[in-house]
Amino acid sequence: MEALSSLAEGFGVALTVQNLFLAFVGCFLGTIIGALPGLGPSNGVAILIPLAFTLGLPATPAIILLTSVYYGCMYGGRISSILLNIPGDEPAMMTTLDGYPMAMKGQAGEALAISGIASFIGSFVATWGLVFLAPMLVTVALLFGPAEYFALYLLAFATLGGLSARNQAKSALAAALGIGIAMVGVDGQTGVPRFTFGEVHLYDGIDFLVAIVGLFAVSEVFLFLEHRGDRSGPGEEKVKITGRIMPSGAMLKDTSGAMGRGTVIGFIAGVLPGAGASLGSFLAYAFEKKWSDKDKSFGKGNPRGVAAPEAGNNASAGGALVPMLALGVPGSGTTAVLLAMLLALNITPGPLLFTQNPDVVWGLIAALFIGNVMLLIMNLPMIAIFARVLLIPVRYLMPAVAMISFVSVYGISGSAFDITMLVIFGVLGWFLRKIDVPTVPVVLGILLGNSMEVNLRREMTIANGDLWALVDSPISIVLWIVAIGGFVLPIVMGRIKKQPANVSRADAEAANPD
Amino acid sequence: MTDRIFGSLMVLLAAFFIWAAFQIQLSFITDPLGPRAFPIIIGVVLGLCGLVVLLKPDPEPEWPQLSRMLEIAAATIVFLAYGQLLPELGFLICTFFAGGYLAWRLGCGWLEAIVAGAGTSIGIYVVFHLILGLSLARGPFGF
Repeated sequence: MEALSSLAEGFGVALTVQNLFLAFVGCFLGTIIGALPGLGPSNGVAILIPLAFTLGLPATPAIILLTSVYYGCMYGGRISSILLNIPGDEPAMMTTLDGYPMAMKGQAGEALAISGIASFIGSFVATWGLVFLAPMLVTVALLFGPAEYFALYLLAFATLGGLSARNQAKSALAAALGIGIAMVGVDGQTGVPRFTFGEVHLYDGIDFLVAIVGLFAVSEVFLFLEHRGDRSGPGEEKVKITGRIMPSGAMLKDTSGAMGRGTVIGFIAGVLPGAGASLGSFLAYAFEKKWSDKDKSFGKGNPRGVAAPEAGNNASAGGALVPMLALGVPGSGTTAVLLAMLLALNITPGPLLFTQNPDVVWGLIAALFIGNVMLLIMNLPMIAIFARVLLIPVRYLMPAVAMISFVSVYGISGSAFDITMLVIFGVLGWFLRKIDVPTVPVVLGILLGNSMEVNLRREMTIANGDLWALVDSPISIVLWIVAIGGFVLPIVMGRIKKQPANVSRADAEAANPD
Repeated sequence: MTDRIFGSLMVLLAAFFIWAAFQIQLSFITDPLGPRAFPIIIGVVLGLCGLVVLLKPDPEPEWPQLSRMLEIAAATIVFLAYGQLLPELGFLICTFFAGGYLAWRLGCGWLEAIVAGAGTSIGIYVVFHLILGLSLARGPFGF
């Protein structure tokens, strides 16, 4: 198997002292970031990007660090869901449904252990899925020309809102807004300035890192300011791990089916365009409830209701890396942030990455296997240490998050203009989240808008302006059909994903998207 | 109502965007599509979506009370001032005030807020500047 020998080479890349250390740091930080409500995968990874830059990390160590944070968040989110009934981040929302009742029954230790093991199984299987599926996708993607890429971007935007957003018009609007923002700056092909209105700072375009940190991290601070006092918040309730820290064999056997099913559903949800870990955990829980809730004990502290969504969100995190790495088209907020970091390091994910920089891809995948084992150790025997971070009150945490966001942005450019842009994006992000316009399509628009235009114009140049060239190959026709179907079907079928009723609106709003 | 206002604003923004797209100069190097076409398409999509939001609004979101809105406005002003003053006063002083302000508004007592501001500011300085070597804004006293 070619993939296996590449993977073996990847282990050669990952098994250096520096990379192992970064994977460890990433896993550790990720678990904390995931556990703390208000910090989640997308803003946690976003504010760490400048750190990766200033440390002068090359692409491989940088992506290992940040992806380990992403994986770590998927483990960490459950801790506050189980102990406090507050989702640590959006993907952990479903874990509150049975995790918190288990903790109320004095089984917090078992709930944490089962969910930790489920997280491990989910990530482990999903990383294997990544090993085999990504190269297959690459062989298809190598056949892509500009027309196919244009259709692929269209598909990404069309399906982004689909499964999770309430209102397709708002998702499309968000994408258009993002692509519009990407248009600002000097046009790469003809050299004329666009939408700069004479402002020199805008000639370079709007830095996507500034937009990302603003939309994801600063907006979060505003949400907390708005909801001060309305929410119980961590640090105010008792955080105590009750019960056995290792589950009994019977409980493991009882939940193993749920873990397996959750993993498969989560991985598929992760690979699909426009779906991240939140949807993965939602679908895994919903399916498991249908499948095995015979005595109606779901929602009352059934361990299977903890195992399924946790396996699901970890598996989707691995799955979501497949389109990001193989096609360069992320489907969720955090993978968009990871893409942003690679782009900022002049590495363009996509099929060519696998041929030109195989060390980046396979080093990352190998590091994920290693990180996953580290995470299992951190999240089973050492769980009590991480539960303690929940004692940090929001009134100390959020100022630090805000200030680190500013430091991050200032650290990249050293310009006060960027801080102003950051604040503007922060307010915009808060406003959009209030009125239920998703922010992920905005970020994706800013990131991919220019490539989308470049591919369109390249195809038009090749075809001499003939618009039919866009739907000239079987691959592009399929992509167009999926794009249109993915946009129209949710309008017809209605919203799939719902928010669990036990999580307050303020908590749900503040839960950081994945 | 919010959605109706937001939708109309987006339609106006789209109109402005399309107008601005027509103002883009054409250069002598050009391709069949040119630099104007794609932004115009995006502007049209934005306008259409705005129109849909305007005509089919969602239920009203839960807007905070006026006091909380002012809270957010005040924080925005503090952040903007932070950005402007950073090159003048340096990282430690600015971050002390901004961090302390936020801690105070998030529920700290004034003494606690001073401690939180100092802790945030010095903590970030030590970790990011002294240990990791990130360059932070320098003020009149060299920090």
